Amino acid sequence: MKSFTYERADTLARATTSLAKPGTKVIAGGTNLLDLMKLQVESPSQLVDINRLPLDKIEDTPDGGLRIGATVRNSDLAADPRVRQRYGVLSRALLAGASAQLRNKATTGGNLLQRTRCYYFYDVTKPCNKRNPGSGCAALGGFNRVHAILGASDQCIATNPSDMAVAMRALDASVETVNGKGESRVIPIADLHRLPGSTPQIETTLKADEIITAVTVPPPPPGVQIYRKVRDRSSYAFALVSVAAIVESSGGRIRSARVAFGGLAPKPWRVPQAEQKLAGASVSAETVNVVATAVLDGARGYGSNDFKIPLTRRTLRAVLVEATGT
Amino acid sequence: MDENIDSGFQVGRREVLTVGTAAAALCFTGLPAVAQDSGRPDAETAPGPVTVELQVNGQPYVLRLDPRTTLLDALREHLALTGSKKGCDHGQCGACTVLLDGRRINSCLTLAVMHDGQAITTIEGLADSGTLHPMQAAFIAHDGFQCGYCTSGQICSATGMLNESRAGMPSYVTENLAQARPELTDVEIRERMSGNICRCAAYPNIVSAIKQAAGLPT
Repeated sequence: MKSFTYERADTLARATTSLAKPGTKVIAGGTNLLDLMKLQVESPSQLVDINRLPLDKIEDTPDGGLRIGATVRNSDLAADPRVRQRYGVLSRALLAGASAQLRNKATTGGNLLQRTRCYYFYDVTKPCNKRNPGSGCAALGGFNRVHAILGASDQCIATNPSDMAVAMRALDASVETVNGKGESRVIPIADLHRLPGSTPQIETTLKADEIITAVTVPPPPPGVQIYRKVRDRSSYAFALVSVAAIVESSGGRIRSARVAFGGLAPKPWRVPQAEQKLAGASVSAETVNVVATAVLDGARGYGSNDFKIPLTRRTLRAVLVEATGT
Repeated sequence: MDENIDSGFQVGRREVLTVGTAAAALCFTGLPAVAQDSGRPDAETAPGPVTVELQVNGQPYVLRLDPRTTLLDALREHLALTGSKKGCDHGQCGACTVLLDGRRINSCLTLAVMHDGQAITTIEGLADSGTLHPMQAAFIAHDGFQCGYCTSGQICSATGMLNESRAGMPSYVTENLAQARPELTDVEIRERMSGNICRCAAYPNIVSAIKQAAGLPT
């Protein structure tokens, strides 16, 4: 690990001011950042610890939603009675991620900002445009079993590894931030993560001096909430395909549906045209085919991950069958 | 005396023996060899050590540490509490599991300096003046290990897991999330313990041991 100076922020203003200095990174749970620092994939010259800032509350919002502080631990969020009763998809997605030890540390803001688990990003002996812009992408012609089939570019085919973010996307969450000038803004979760294009090293729309302070979720939409995760082992593994779904149906006919996918793309993937095709439909082979085709518009495999295309279709079908009880 | 440790702290027998021995290797810079080896080439500009107070197993320790020192390295290399094991050092195996304010965490994936003033319990701190913690006794009774390398992590993790279960926290396999106190079935125990890998595959006996400690029929 490269050496760094350590600073414990006692105010948010202090944290954002420090963050404006080049080479500075925020640390909260640290479960991904320290891992990357040990491998020297990340080598900040300064760490700003925000764990003692009062960002660890889950509050009811006036409209009936929840405001989740950036340093609320994943385990606490998953176990909150309001989340368990009204946002089951979020609780399930959190509990599907990592291990209990990691969830006790990992935070809401950090979960959204965790880096990809592309093996080549972690292997500093291999080319990687995300780690070392312009060096190439070893995953394109390499082992790419876990890689993206949607939203990738010829520069980078890494996926976003978060489960929580997929549920947040289905719930239309918003991300609250503050910058070094004390200005706050709200970013819809759909706009937080960027597609790689020709700059895969830039993963979010956050500015250099911007800190996530909270994530808000609006009141839950009506319907059954499901998080289904398909992975190589039954626990403690990243998703090959995951689906966060909120489906309102009656007598086997879908009234409205939200379906967000994980494991497929550089960001949680949601296709409005596909959801529109679900409205008013019953779960038949034809419905699944039409909707999956809309979800997979533009999809392509890179060899080892070709299986994700049929796996996405089958996982979608399983979720819709479960959601409608058909 | 090791200059890493403030002269005002309470020295137990173990610390005198083992930290004292380690001091010969550490006294020049006060940094563990691992941290020195991996430093920046511009060592003269590297930040100096920082002071951290940790409450470990009920005892206060004041340490001077390189900010890079993980909690695991602070426990093992600076306090000679070598019960917590370094398996993967990347949060994947669980051998380094300790309790932070009663909650289980991977001590390899956090910095000691982040835990100034906080209470850490390691495997060395579970027994009560010579009487084994019920989880330790259960692991022996059920032969919940073979080589033993993962065992301290398993026991600390299982202790934290029972705290979580008693607090009503759900898991991925909990059928009804709205249930205030999900029942601790075998499937629940296995899911909740998935962050602790046992290369000897002593899992069936680990599950039995945990059930005994939880007061469930084995």
